[in-house]
Amino acid sequence: MLNIECPHCGARPEHEFRCGGDAHVVRPPLSASGETWAEYLFGHDNPKGDQTERWCHSFGCGLWFNVIRDTVSHEIRAVYPITAQRPEQAA
Amino acid sequence: MSHYSALSIARNALSGHSNWDPAWRSPEPAAAYDAIVIGGGGHGLATAYYLVRVHGLVKVAVLEKGWIGGGNTGRNTTIIRSNYFYPESAAFYEFSLKQYERLSSELNFNIMFSQRGVLVLGHSRHDMEMHRRSANAMRLNGIDADILSRDEVAKLVPALDCSPQARFPIWGGMIQRRGGTARHDAVAWGYARAADARGVDIIQNCEVTGFTIHQGQVTGVETTRGAIKSNRIGIAVAGHSSILAAKAGFRLPVKSYALQAMVSEPLKPVLDTVVLSPATGTYLSQSDKGELVIGGGLDLYASYAQRGNLPVNENTITGMLAMFPTFSRVRMLRHWGGVCDVVHDSSPIIGKTPVQGLYLSCGWGTGGFKAIPAGGYCLAHTMATGEPHELNAAFGLDRFDTGALIDEAAAASIPH
Repeated sequence: MLNIECPHCGARPEHEFRCGGDAHVVRPPLSASGETWAEYLFGHDNPKGDQTERWCHSFGCGLWFNVIRDTVSHEIRAVYPITAQRPEQAA
Repeated sequence: MSHYSALSIARNALSGHSNWDPAWRSPEPAAAYDAIVIGGGGHGLATAYYLVRVHGLVKVAVLEKGWIGGGNTGRNTTIIRSNYFYPESAAFYEFSLKQYERLSSELNFNIMFSQRGVLVLGHSRHDMEMHRRSANAMRLNGIDADILSRDEVAKLVPALDCSPQARFPIWGGMIQRRGGTARHDAVAWGYARAADARGVDIIQNCEVTGFTIHQGQVTGVETTRGAIKSNRIGIAVAGHSSILAAKAGFRLPVKSYALQAMVSEPLKPVLDTVVLSPATGTYLSQSDKGELVIGGGLDLYASYAQRGNLPVNENTITGMLAMFPTFSRVRMLRHWGGVCDVVHDSSPIIGKTPVQGLYLSCGWGTGGFKAIPAGGYCLAHTMATGEPHELNAAFGLDRFDTGALIDEAAAASIPH
């Protein structure tokens, strides 16, 4: 069971949250090529290790925020606002 | 390879079963091969087998990071079915089911394929309408499918709560009677033994750490046991496909999720078919040993951990109890997870990659076990000839660019 630190509500158990997939995916301009659109729609980095992803406190305050989480240990390394850049991580 | 038979069992019994030949060798890797398959699960081993048997290649190796069949091949709920909707999927999975029907005798290895039927429950009038639509599509594609009434379901699965008070009342179901289960380890071992007998080198504890690529053509792999040359390489590594693709310099439309399953303590025979419920998101069968084999949906965030999380586990168990209240005091024996390579349209990717000579079989998601014979057959064909077989022509990586997706999300019956 993950214990996720909602920026608004504090630490809550994972079943109050929904994972919204990859963070920092930038929508390409309408003039972009088919390949770029396909990459935007379907491509994933899918790292084994630290991954940036969006979470929503859907059964709580409803806030969307970003998380850096290890996909092997599931340890949450950082929580930061939905509009912020990926922070430099402490080692 | 010594032939397995009743006679061979009797002969070996005379020496206390201490003189059986190993089922496969453990060779040192050679410097070069005609073809290399990365991944010693069912798909990789089947690919090597068909490369040799169908296409006559001589020097073929399977490189496995751990031990063969130790990944998703040994971690699934062993369900085999071909109840898919679209013609491309129907042809592909039906080919696979037909191979399974003859696999024990072909491989001279008992895979314990038991065609006990795969029943998908219907919990509402709308469920039943969708089941009729699916069954009609299957029949048009030449695959067996029957619609069962509530009474027929109750007769087939007496332990199932078919009362009007059930949390999700039973309205009926759709059954594919030719579907069923098989011994998952035996599928890997059977292919491994048959491939080894034809000269395939199965190299375990050999992790691929990189590729050598010269002017867009793959020329070999770097491994923890040294460099191995080959200009024809297939990747069949399920949940770790993105990792190997990144080493070869491209991205995949794949996300890796954990799928968990569990078995109970052994019980007397109580369930002789496979039952899936779209409403509870739980599916179960009873193994020949008597254990209930129980599966549910994917964990809801990306994971490379080969274990499941507790909230999904609880959902799955709750779903089972809603269907079978009599199992409420059954104790669980083992619980595990596998890493699934999930793609957006729930259909596999089998074919070429942006690197010449490098081929890919992935995207099996939660349903790769049933597809092992067809997946191996098609990857072998693509590797041997350089072009996809007609069965996997529609399942190329290029479909994500063209938009010709084959959306089989509904075919799992479970919302993964």
